[in-house]
Amino acid sequence: MTRSAQATGPAPPAASAATQVAFAMAKGHVDLDGRPVLRGVDLRVEAGEVVAVLGANGSGKSTLIRALLGLTPLSGGSAELYGLPPGRFRDWWRIGYVPQRLSVGGGVPATVREVVASGRVARQRRLRRTSAEDRAAVAGALASMGLTDRAGDPVGLLSGGQQQRVLIARALAGEPDTFVMDEPTAGVDAESQRHLAGTLARLVDQGKTVLLVAHELGPMAPLITRSIVLRDGRVVHDGPVGHDHRAGHEGHLFRHDGHLPGDGRLLDDGRLLDDGRLLGGGPAGDGVPSDGTGCHPHPGHEQDRPHAYDVSGGPMSSGATQ
Amino acid sequence: MIEMFQYDFMWRALIAALLVGLAAPAVGTFIVQRRLALLGDGIGHVALTGVALGFLTGTAPVLTAVVVAVLGAVAIELVRARGRTTGDVALALLFYGGIAGGVLLIGLAPGGSNSTLTSYLFGSISSVTTQDVWVIAVLAAFVLGVVATFGRELFVLCQDEEVAKVNGLPVRFLSLLIAVTAALTVVIAMRVVGLLLVSALMVVPVATSQQVTRGFTTTMLLAMSLGVVSTVGGLTSAFYASVAPGAAIVLLALAGFVLALGAGRFLRRSRARRDQSLSMRTAAPAAPEMSP
Repeated sequence: MTRSAQATGPAPPAASAATQVAFAMAKGHVDLDGRPVLRGVDLRVEAGEVVAVLGANGSGKSTLIRALLGLTPLSGGSAELYGLPPGRFRDWWRIGYVPQRLSVGGGVPATVREVVASGRVARQRRLRRTSAEDRAAVAGALASMGLTDRAGDPVGLLSGGQQQRVLIARALAGEPDTFVMDEPTAGVDAESQRHLAGTLARLVDQGKTVLLVAHELGPMAPLITRSIVLRDGRVVHDGPVGHDHRAGHEGHLFRHDGHLPGDGRLLDDGRLLDDGRLLGGGPAGDGVPSDGTGCHPHPGHEQDRPHAYDVSGGPMSSGATQ
Repeated sequence: MIEMFQYDFMWRALIAALLVGLAAPAVGTFIVQRRLALLGDGIGHVALTGVALGFLTGTAPVLTAVVVAVLGAVAIELVRARGRTTGDVALALLFYGGIAGGVLLIGLAPGGSNSTLTSYLFGSISSVTTQDVWVIAVLAAFVLGVVATFGRELFVLCQDEEVAKVNGLPVRFLSLLIAVTAALTVVIAMRVVGLLLVSALMVVPVATSQQVTRGFTTTMLLAMSLGVVSTVGGLTSAFYASVAPGAAIVLLALAGFVLALGAGRFLRRSRARRDQSLSMRTAAPAAPEMSP
């Protein structure tokens, strides 16, 4: 299937796109440094879906998408990308990956335009010069993330939110049909959130597949067709986004900023100290760095957050929301 | 200035210097971007064993150095890719093993002594033979060809290996390619500045360049220009001042770095001032939109 798509060129066959399974995982287990981070995840995301993976820090949500992409090896179970295990998948131009943060390599500067243009790499042949098509895609990606006037600036000098926009623009530049975004909203200012929501709306209009990990959805919430909530490496909710997701009412609300009541600690193995059910309200926590990926949140990104996003619904909160 | 062109050995030296000045910073830009600035040093030490092996077996030392340096680079890359924390220890082990192996083997070689190694450790550009120039020219062409062919992919790889993977790039092949290219560069530069100073030509022009540039391509092109200025300038001054060419080249490159440090600070300050006045001008109309 993917072989034939490759042979027929960049455009995936439109007829089968609706029924294709973009991501699949069966009994997915991942151990990181001997700790179980995913414990038997079953997942199926069809092409055209807009899925948010939610959960507290340490719930394994970043690990989940990394395992789906083959970046983190599974210790049990299986994962598939458009029907193939990631190791055998070849149509990588279809995937636009937005990592958690921009790595500014070794101090060698790179301009915003250079980083965004590098998103075309899966579509460019060696030794072929940059074509007008490439330039147009890069210009379009820059414009849609509001970066056109920063194109010549070194990425290292941008704010966290602007760097996040650069990462998204890089994925856009490759014109993929499937986006995988690891916390695109983390550490993002209000302006960047708007750009992201606007871009996401366009992608949804175009029928693109989106799988994103988020702490909070903010303005993106109405665009999400389905949410998957992870807790403790297991899927505890898979279905529509809770209708009163912003409510701060009593109940089993689940805050996604890693803030915990009481002594607010995460155990070393990434599990929440209590059962992970958190009450709304209270000050935003400072992002406990136990995401299971070893990555640390942006310093000070809590301040940039307009609000913490609460999700209800699913087994742990159905009593309160329905 | 004319005087040095009257000697054939200076012509050969100049050609070698020019090629090294171009090739070393080109690879160096990727190596610095990948945070492997010491990779060149590690390979350089290993290459010494290769040189000694050449003397021991009666083969051209440049060729055995190429073979051993490439093997060493591949070993370093494999260790780097496997272990997460042991990379610098592995590099250190190669440093010691390379030097010790070189000294041991040269002692076994007929008529060889540590002084034989000195010209390789510190370079002896004036003794470059026509055959050396050809070897250097071919290797330099290969190195520049790799940068031209794979530059786009190497940029993605050196910036974020995982993004490279999700773009479907052959990550393992590209990682080995960059290590092998670095090894070849070390061997090219060996005759010019010596194995102990090889890495300086890969790292210093890049470090200098990035003080004043904003983009990757400009950093690389400026580093290559600075590399040529350093090698040719150092060689020329060494000829007239009768000092060691390798040392003169590296010190000239370092002097450029010190100058760029000051220039970069000045540039950044004036850019910041300009950006500030720009944002003050644009802040006024944007303000009402920002408030909810």
